[in-house]
Amino acid sequence: MTGSRSTLRSLLVYAGGLLIFAWSAGPFLWQFSTSFQYDAALTQPTPTFLPSPPTLEHYANIFVAKSFHRYLWNSLVVAGLTTFVCLAIGAMAAFALSRLEVKGRFGILGLILSVSMFPQIAIVGPLYLIASDWGLLDTYRGLVITYVALGVPLVTWVLFGYFDTLPREIDEAAWIDGCGPIGLLVRIILPMSLPSLVTTGLLAFIAAWNEFMFALAFTSSISRQTVPVGIANFTNLYYVPWGDIAAASVVVTVPLILLVLFFQRHIIESLTLGAVKE
Amino acid sequence: MAATARLGEQAGPRKGTGRLASRLTPWLLLLPVAVSLGAVSVYPIFEGLRLSLTNTSLVTQEHDFIGLRNYEALIADPLFWNAWRHTVFFTFVSTLAETLIGLAMALLLFEHFTGRGMIRAAMLVPWAMPTVVTSKMFGWLFDGQYGLVNYLLRSVGLIDQNVNWYGSIDNAMATIIIADVWKTTPFMALLLLAGLQTVPKSLIEAARIDGAGAWSTFWNVRLPLLMPTLLIAGMFRALDAFRVFDLVYVLTGGGPADSTETLSTFSYKILFSTLQFGYGSALSTAMFVTEALIAAGFGYFIMRKMRSAR
Repeated sequence: MTGSRSTLRSLLVYAGGLLIFAWSAGPFLWQFSTSFQYDAALTQPTPTFLPSPPTLEHYANIFVAKSFHRYLWNSLVVAGLTTFVCLAIGAMAAFALSRLEVKGRFGILGLILSVSMFPQIAIVGPLYLIASDWGLLDTYRGLVITYVALGVPLVTWVLFGYFDTLPREIDEAAWIDGCGPIGLLVRIILPMSLPSLVTTGLLAFIAAWNEFMFALAFTSSISRQTVPVGIANFTNLYYVPWGDIAAASVVVTVPLILLVLFFQRHIIESLTLGAVKE
Repeated sequence: MAATARLGEQAGPRKGTGRLASRLTPWLLLLPVAVSLGAVSVYPIFEGLRLSLTNTSLVTQEHDFIGLRNYEALIADPLFWNAWRHTVFFTFVSTLAETLIGLAMALLLFEHFTGRGMIRAAMLVPWAMPTVVTSKMFGWLFDGQYGLVNYLLRSVGLIDQNVNWYGSIDNAMATIIIADVWKTTPFMALLLLAGLQTVPKSLIEAARIDGAGAWSTFWNVRLPLLMPTLLIAGMFRALDAFRVFDLVYVLTGGGPADSTETLSTFSYKILFSTLQFGYGSALSTAMFVTEALIAAGFGYFIMRKMRSAR
């Protein structure tokens, strides 16, 4: 390859890289900037890219006037409990499928995965009636029970993939030392799988944190509604409060982005595990 | 993976523990997941099927068996076909765009250059963001009066007047597709990139030695080997796009004039606004069947590809 051609080529690659970066980060950076601008600046014919002067009035609005912290708390409780339960029961199932004698384990794994592909709109109606009969509407329990079932197939699948890479010799050693299957799981396999548990937990957490449809259908009061429902309902009578919405978006998205950036390598590995297994 | 001997198949656990207990343990460990999925996913699907054969409504308080009458009404309902067309159109266009743009991004990221890690990290932002936030964000970006997109397009001279994006019948669907493509393409690219990385380097080099150019290496070596990943990723994307709800519900609510109504938003309204759980269940069951058909279609194609590759 001649020198000038490879220079052109690397220029093109850089231009493309820049384009992908602008695509991925640009819209949210604009949302970020919007959240610090006065409404007067937002309704100018020419937008300002850097807030001048910056203001925190939108952040004050969402927490004081719109009680945004209550939605945040609800989301935190629901997503936290969901993550915990998903990891607990998902690890048990993945352990059984990977380490113990189960006839047709790949069939079972496939079944678990195919259940996760059911369209959620097909279960929201019947579940609503069931939840109503059991007094689970507008409760944390109702949402957690639902989200666990939505999240656990992926958790089981990813943990199964990880457990299966751990060497079998460990099991034999544990067996000889007199460990039962539960001891093997709790004392040996789980401590060895911490990185995988953290990433898998993060995936379950994000899914529950972001879920909208069931939260919309099952909750009706601010004491139980989660963040997505809160943001969706952010409208004033005569105009759309874009600044407030931007502030709320920043509050719910920035922690997620930080977590994701921190664990990015593991996330990409976990999620691509299924798709690229040869 | 399957070839490794499992513990239970060998000497069995501790001597003294009954065989029954050791046989039961795995099933006890699987029980919580089974109960969870059974109660929250499988049972409601069948319950939905049963409801779809009744005239259950929370308004009239009726719940009588009426056979297939809901499905007859469905086939005659122009609003259903309207939502069906939008959903199929949305699924097809967004999946195609996401796969093609995602492939281009993946090929680019396959090159080594400084700053690649940062770009890959940034690509997780659209994926991690709640869809409701994405909807609101695009609502602001594509606002008809003060939206940044109109301003930028005006600045470069592509339009003379502000375009009414999601507020007009002609542009609303396009706006939703753009938002969906924005949100899901980067992740698609990361999946395809992982697939590209499994293509053995030796094959690429062999092709190069045989005198194949970059283009022909791509068409004849990389693309065929990437095909299974491409199809699987495409299938998951299509299934997901088919049930699009959050984006539409928050950005346009299905409007203006039903021009962005999709099957999910339509079913949701029938269920929770009109409270006709019988008819709503017929709708969602029809969706379930369509999704199963899409999955089966892709599955068949993938199987054939994989078999012919062997």
